[in-house]
Amino acid sequence: MNLDAVPSYLTPTGQEIVFLLLGAVAVGSALLVVTTRQLVHAALWLVVTFGALAGCYLVLTAEFVAWVQVLIYVGAVVVLLLFGIMLTRAPIGRSPDLDSGNRVLAAVVALATAVLLVTVVIDGFRTAYAPLTEVDGAAKTIGSSIFRTWVLPFEALSVLLLAALIGAIVLSRTDIRGRD
Amino acid sequence: MTLDLVLRIALIVGAFLLLPLIVGQTEHKVMAHMQARLGPMYAGRFHGWAQLIADGVKFMQKEDVVPAAADRRVFTLAPAVALVPYLVVLVVIPVGPGLVGRDLDAGLFFVLAVMGVGVLGAVMAGWSSGNKYSVLGGMRAAAQLTSYELPLVLAASSVAMAAGTLSLPGIVSAWQWWWLPWQAIGMVVFFIAGLAELRRPPFDMPIAESELIMGPFTEYTGIRFALFMLSEYAGIVVLSALTTVLFLGGWHGPLLPGVVWTLVKIFILAFIVIWVRVSYPRLREDQLQRLAWAWLVPLALLQLALTGVVKVAFL
Repeated sequence: MNLDAVPSYLTPTGQEIVFLLLGAVAVGSALLVVTTRQLVHAALWLVVTFGALAGCYLVLTAEFVAWVQVLIYVGAVVVLLLFGIMLTRAPIGRSPDLDSGNRVLAAVVALATAVLLVTVVIDGFRTAYAPLTEVDGAAKTIGSSIFRTWVLPFEALSVLLLAALIGAIVLSRTDIRGRD
Repeated sequence: MTLDLVLRIALIVGAFLLLPLIVGQTEHKVMAHMQARLGPMYAGRFHGWAQLIADGVKFMQKEDVVPAAADRRVFTLAPAVALVPYLVVLVVIPVGPGLVGRDLDAGLFFVLAVMGVGVLGAVMAGWSSGNKYSVLGGMRAAAQLTSYELPLVLAASSVAMAAGTLSLPGIVSAWQWWWLPWQAIGMVVFFIAGLAELRRPPFDMPIAESELIMGPFTEYTGIRFALFMLSEYAGIVVLSALTTVLFLGGWHGPLLPGVVWTLVKIFILAFIVIWVRVSYPRLREDQLQRLAWAWLVPLALLQLALTGVVKVAFL
């Protein structure tokens, strides 16, 4: 990453404005996910959040990451979530029992996490400024960086996922029993 | 520059409005003749060519009913969520050398991602109708999508591996005739998984008009129902176009100009989609899942291994 001189924040570029707007959409719809009183609407607002997040990646020229985000999270995770909700209960209209007694505690934890992350990012980067180039986010660049520089974490993660997969199969099959 | 952009967008929207109608009319006539009938004969005088236009006018005049028990906002939004992704996908599909709305670096993933969003429309429609048959249909659609997405993406990645690029025009440019036997398994897997993703017969378990009375679309009337029908035919066009671009070499072909070759291949595949609908009975839910997990996923993985071995050993 080559760091150039920091341009003034008083004259934001079009890209920066779009990025901020998308960020606002992402945060707003994420809040709606946890505050809406309709169960299925929460899952649908999650789609908007993921979409806005993909938009943020796009503005940062990370095209590949953006499309994978839509493919995995909107196309698979949310559809699976909706399937799960519809399989158990999916009432139309408001559900009175969606609030948990832990919500104050959850809000405090969420807020603390947000403060921690924002502090770390601000402290780590200060006024660092990286100009966006098309090349950095291209599939080719990401591919060679994953399979050359970061191949060990990548393989470790895939072993972890494989273990989780096998665990899920063992748990869901009734004909496999543990030793007593 | 601006004129070029406007022209491209106009062409894409034109193709989006015209091609599904042609496929729909072809389905009417081909199905009829395969079943020893004549099909539409009167609308527009000549062999019923204007049947779908007449249908469209009829749908627009019908009352747009929203059931009292439905979730109004989601119910009215669902047809758009089902239809718009197919329009967006057409932007990146190349029909000739340099003839593409926009050449994206990760075009293949863009197409797969956006097509996945389209299925959300059926799930939303099924849930929001406030009808138990619709919910069953929506659930089946969701289950079908999650299992067939995997072989679809695996088969498509095999081609990307062979071509060494994710850009759709790049894949067509890299295509050679001997890819046909090399990627044959991938092509079959991709086409079958795509059919399942479109919920076309024999994979129309979610719609199953004889048991679920059209599933997610039971409560829809008038123009919204027509939009769902249009999205089904737009889906056939997009699936045929994608199979053409990824596996059949797009614009490559002797004598005729490239655009004509692309269109010919698209229509041959669309004909096969119709043919399969007339020929095969509907799969049961367990057969449907078995086909995806026990056949298509292992076959797609085999194709990936084959592509990798050939690529490393011979190229």
